[in-house]
Amino acid sequence: MRNIFKTSYVQDIRLFEHAGHYFWYGLLLIAVFAAPQIIPQFFVGEMSLVFVYAIAGIGLMLLTGYTGLASLGHAAFLGVGAYAHNYFVTKLGIPFPFALVMAGFVSAAVGIAFALPALRMTGIYLAIATLAFAVILDQVFSHWGSVTGGFRGVPVARPNLFGWPMATETHFYYLCLVVLILVTLGARNILRSATGRAMMAIRDSEISAQSMGIHIARTKVTAFGLSTFITGIAGGLLAHKLQFVSPEAFSIILSIQLLLMIVVGGLGSLHGCFYGAVIVAFLPQFLALMKDVLPPSIGQIPGLQGGVFGLILVLFILLEPYGIYGRWRKIRLFFEVFPLYRRATFKRQRGYLKTERMR
Amino acid sequence: MEVLQLLIGGVAQGCVYGLIALGFVLIYKATEQVNFAQGDILMLGAYVALTLMVEARALGWDVHLAFWIALPLTMVIMGGFGYLLDRTVLRPIIGQPQFAVVILTIAMGFVFRAAAGAIWSTESQTLATPFTGKKVTLGGAVLGAESLAIIAGTVILAAVLYAFFRFTRIGVAMQAASQNQLAAYYMGIPVKVIFSLIWGISAAVAAAAGVLLAPIATIDPEMGFIGLKAFAAAVIGGFGSLPGALIAGLMLGTIEPFAAAYGTRAGLPKGVPEVSAYILMLVVLIVRPQGLFAQVYRKKV
Amino acid sequence: MTAPSGIANAALLEAKKLTIQFGGLRAVDEVSFDVKPGEVYTIVGPNGAGKTTVFNLISRIYDVSDGHIVFQGRDITDVPPHRIARMGIARTFQNIELFEHSTVLQNLLVGRHCRNRTNLLSEIFFTPGVLRAEVEHRDKVERIIDFLELQHYREQIIANLPYGVRKVVELARALSTEPTLLLLDEPASGLNIEETDDLANWIDDIKSDLKITVLMIEHDMRLVSRVSDRVLAMNQGRVLAEGTAAEVQRHPDVVRAYLGS
Repeated sequence: MRNIFKTSYVQDIRLFEHAGHYFWYGLLLIAVFAAPQIIPQFFVGEMSLVFVYAIAGIGLMLLTGYTGLASLGHAAFLGVGAYAHNYFVTKLGIPFPFALVMAGFVSAAVGIAFALPALRMTGIYLAIATLAFAVILDQVFSHWGSVTGGFRGVPVARPNLFGWPMATETHFYYLCLVVLILVTLGARNILRSATGRAMMAIRDSEISAQSMGIHIARTKVTAFGLSTFITGIAGGLLAHKLQFVSPEAFSIILSIQLLLMIVVGGLGSLHGCFYGAVIVAFLPQFLALMKDVLPPSIGQIPGLQGGVFGLILVLFILLEPYGIYGRWRKIRLFFEVFPLYRRATFKRQRGYLKTERMR
Repeated sequence: MEVLQLLIGGVAQGCVYGLIALGFVLIYKATEQVNFAQGDILMLGAYVALTLMVEARALGWDVHLAFWIALPLTMVIMGGFGYLLDRTVLRPIIGQPQFAVVILTIAMGFVFRAAAGAIWSTESQTLATPFTGKKVTLGGAVLGAESLAIIAGTVILAAVLYAFFRFTRIGVAMQAASQNQLAAYYMGIPVKVIFSLIWGISAAVAAAAGVLLAPIATIDPEMGFIGLKAFAAAVIGGFGSLPGALIAGLMLGTIEPFAAAYGTRAGLPKGVPEVSAYILMLVVLIVRPQGLFAQVYRKKV
Repeated sequence: MTAPSGIANAALLEAKKLTIQFGGLRAVDEVSFDVKPGEVYTIVGPNGAGKTTVFNLISRIYDVSDGHIVFQGRDITDVPPHRIARMGIARTFQNIELFEHSTVLQNLLVGRHCRNRTNLLSEIFFTPGVLRAEVEHRDKVERIIDFLELQHYREQIIANLPYGVRKVVELARALSTEPTLLLLDEPASGLNIEETDDLANWIDDIKSDLKITVLMIEHDMRLVSRVSDRVLAMNQGRVLAEGTAAEVQRHPDVVRAYLGS
């Protein structure tokens, strides 16, 4: 087991605790930047989808995993970002980077517009409200033809960075990667400072958070704003990836996929977003492969993708509620304290339900 | 005339919403779990009834006999299904935060839809009942017997449930377990068994709603999405009271057809009537975040 | 017993005829008392006397039906609850309200929130100013960890800690807010003799070294006698008696409240 000898508080505060971390993450960075040169173009395209999902996942994770505000309709904010970004680029001719950021702000505005009246809602009511809001936004997408192209949607051109057309998958890959790195750094910074701690405090105990001086309403609105801003940016990128935006692309199914991402990846950790994004992005491909192997009675049903998603989620909630990241931590702990590992280390204390009706 | 027809149709639809919402609230009051798969259980119930009816007709039974045997049988089967569902899938996660259950039931819904598509095919089907196609004349207006059957069925079910909770020991035990789980344990109440029973009852109610709904809708794996609207009803009612759920369901059911019929004339933008349930729900939540019949109390610190 | 030295006469906290009504029940009925700076003032009384409700009124979790709260000369009766910490009032809770899934260190760092000056934008970029603020918060928190001997538990998740340690963390978190007035709600409940003695020493140190005024609710009369300068006895929402611990314990109304007549 590694014992880290610390000589200053800065060591605890900065992003990576010790030299080993720098090494491994550095290696990862090199691998990820070098990848398009090595792997086939198809996978490059898939990886950029993973990056886009990961960005959206970070947005959702900040809200649900860290602040404890469940959002069951987050795909709608992907939609807002996508439509806004496309509108800015195609109809208003705004340069790509500005349009992307502006799309993020539009999405944040919508998110805050929802959050402000929703402040007093708790737990399950808030979750249902997000679902209802997503359904309503879906209607807006379908009927606001002048901006969104209604039911049929609008095509999206390839991204164009100040006159440099991003024609290939590789270009788009690097674009998404850079955005992802920036968003991840920003999120990490927030989480290790006062705002992040305030968000987590609200998740665990609103009353004592308040008595520590945390403004509950303002923190919740901030969390919503940050989350929807990031998700909106992901939406803008997604629009370019899909090369088409229509209301169907941002349905409840996508919202559930986002939730699956953060739950299966591991609630309450940024690592989880990445693990989850890999799964959600590659699952359809995996299923397509499986279709040939499975008997037709199972392989051919239209709802198969949803069913498999559902099954994965059910299994994770039942067997590994901490997600992939949680399982990874358990494995790591197993090796660190070998042979003294105890399964009960991570076991939840309670065998009964502590009512959430009293908050 | 048109108003009466819209009204009866709306009330019938509202009864279905109300029954589904009833199922939600039953489970929530007892276990604090929100069952997002309630609509899909309704769907499974409709399919089970369909299969039973088809089998019965194949045996040569007439539609009345087949129906009046299939309905209770479906409720029993789905009741057992609900019981097993809780026993296998939900019991292990008692003690986990509410969010886990929400995700779990949403996921279950997906699995049910896929399974239904696999078992029964995804084509729409219809259920033949003794009420299908029959008309009843009331005060000069011609009303569908199916709608009246739904209303009658809801009233009966509601009365039975009321009596059950009020007058039986199990009903009282369920109320106890719902208010303080730990204390109920100490009193020797088999809390986990009771929860499974509640799930069973709730599933049976959903199945009944499915059978009643089938004649005026078509049966397909997506029919469970009506559950979302019923959800809005449950939320408006406040998740705290069973009558509240029914009333809210009726409210929504009656508002919708009128919004659809007169909405554009009143100047509502396109697309609003379809989501009127959700808009209403959001308004109620904003004004009174705990719903109309609140069950969330301020924590005593 | 002579009055302890160093206590000024102007009150730090004044409760003036505090009243709150829940439906037909007057949980707190015209309760008035003053807490002088630097003293340890204890509220005692049977269960249900309304003591915690008084705390909830002071920390603004509840709104008063009638009466005023004056802190450092300022009327805080209508101040929003999240402002109270910044004004210098911190509290602990009877049923520990720590952040279960975080470490002790993270819990204490949240306590620093009311003393924090950074804004969201600079946090996103983690400017040198933010780094400096973080180091400073960490430094202040570490002093409290040293003070309460929590070094071993620094990185432990609250959910894994025994009850006695959680009580101390609750106290530590309240201290991280750099309060002028510390509200302790039954700090010794559930503690054994040794832990209670430690607590008594800490309360003494809080008063003499940290110069923090303490307003306490407590049942353990040994602890109350040991640390309190003055005591207020309450029953059924009303004040019964005020004085030193010994005086209050002898007061006939108090005896009647505890033992019946």
